[in-house]
Amino acid sequence: MKLLTHNMLTSHVKGVIKGFCILFFQATEVKVNEVEFNPEFVSRMIPKLEWCALVQAAELGHRQDLPGELVPDYEKNEEFLKKVHRVLLEVEVIEGCLQCPESGREFPISRGIPNMLLNEDEV
Amino acid sequence: MTSSCRRPEHTAPPDVFYNEEEAKKYSQNSRMIEIQTQMSERAVELLNLPERQPCFLLDVGCGSGLSGDYLTEEGHYWVGVDISTAMLDVALEREVEGDLLLGDMGQGMPFRPGTFDGCISISALQWLCNADKRTHSPPKRLYTFFRTLYSSLSRGSRAVFQLYPENSEQLELITSQAMRAGFSGGMVVDYPNSSKAKKFFLCLFAGVTGVLPKGLGSETSDKAVPNQVQYSGQRCRFKSMKGKSVKKGRDWILEKKERRRRQGREVRADTKYTGRQRRPHF
Repeated sequence: MKLLTHNMLTSHVKGVIKGFCILFFQATEVKVNEVEFNPEFVSRMIPKLEWCALVQAAELGHRQDLPGELVPDYEKNEEFLKKVHRVLLEVEVIEGCLQCPESGREFPISRGIPNMLLNEDEV
Repeated sequence: MTSSCRRPEHTAPPDVFYNEEEAKKYSQNSRMIEIQTQMSERAVELLNLPERQPCFLLDVGCGSGLSGDYLTEEGHYWVGVDISTAMLDVALEREVEGDLLLGDMGQGMPFRPGTFDGCISISALQWLCNADKRTHSPPKRLYTFFRTLYSSLSRGSRAVFQLYPENSEQLELITSQAMRAGFSGGMVVDYPNSSKAKKFFLCLFAGVTGVLPKGLGSETSDKAVPNQVQYSGQRCRFKSMKGKSVKKGRDWILEKKERRRRQGREVRADTKYTGRQRRPHF
């Protein structure tokens, strides 16, 4: 699972009131995959991101070179875009687990695929 | 039921039907691959994405990632959701570019609002119309799916579903639940005159109302204007024949070719040689 997908995921367990909160996550195995750099796509995705969550996730993925605050004028800053690109699209979580901060429900990640299936009583 | 053996959704739930054996077909059977790719091509065309812009798309029922391959080819980034682990294993084996998620579309899409620039789904929606467990209620599951999908799409984006509807009631159920969730849009039927090449696409708009695209090989576009003289040229040509032209004549051949074209078959282009006699041979 790429960190971009993690940033977009929420929990859909029944009874979650706030909703739309980013899931906590732990990674036991992380892989880095080379992906072609596309500055247009990265700068289009940045406004959609939850920045704090991405910085936290990047630390877990052993990439700590992201600034804590979003850089103004990021479209022209290619170095910054490259960093974001590396975190968003190249770091892949292979084994680990996602946790909903509200209900505490855990979603396991195995072989890079998070299991988002719910039980009958959680729908 | 006689039809039940021909429709996979009648045999078993999707997570059971798409086992290793069935999943293998999707990576080996070249005919299946070709059809899947063709349908995803058409679905992306119907999405009407801005040109030369890399988009973030959702593929519901991505399976082995055949449709995703086409999205990658077009330069888009995608996330695929499927319920069958065997199919996702095939996708991992094929090393698809997009991210994969194990999930049930009837339980809703777990994404933040405004995430995706569009959504495609190839032959997956009809699975939602079956109740595979005691707790399943198809209208409810359809509504949950469309409701969560609507919020995860950005405003002004589209969702295109290729599906094989069983009957008109099923189609009505699907569209009514989609409209309830806030979507606008409707069905696009490609090659409506052919039984083989006919394809159904449910084309939904999130946020804005758009003009529904025309199906391929259909002539509804010409008939849309009610007070317009139709086929005026043809009417004069075949006045004496009551609508039919002389057999083996040039007009007859042209008409036949046109009919076959409407059915989506491969037909040679019309040229000045069409319907001409060959030179005599001795």
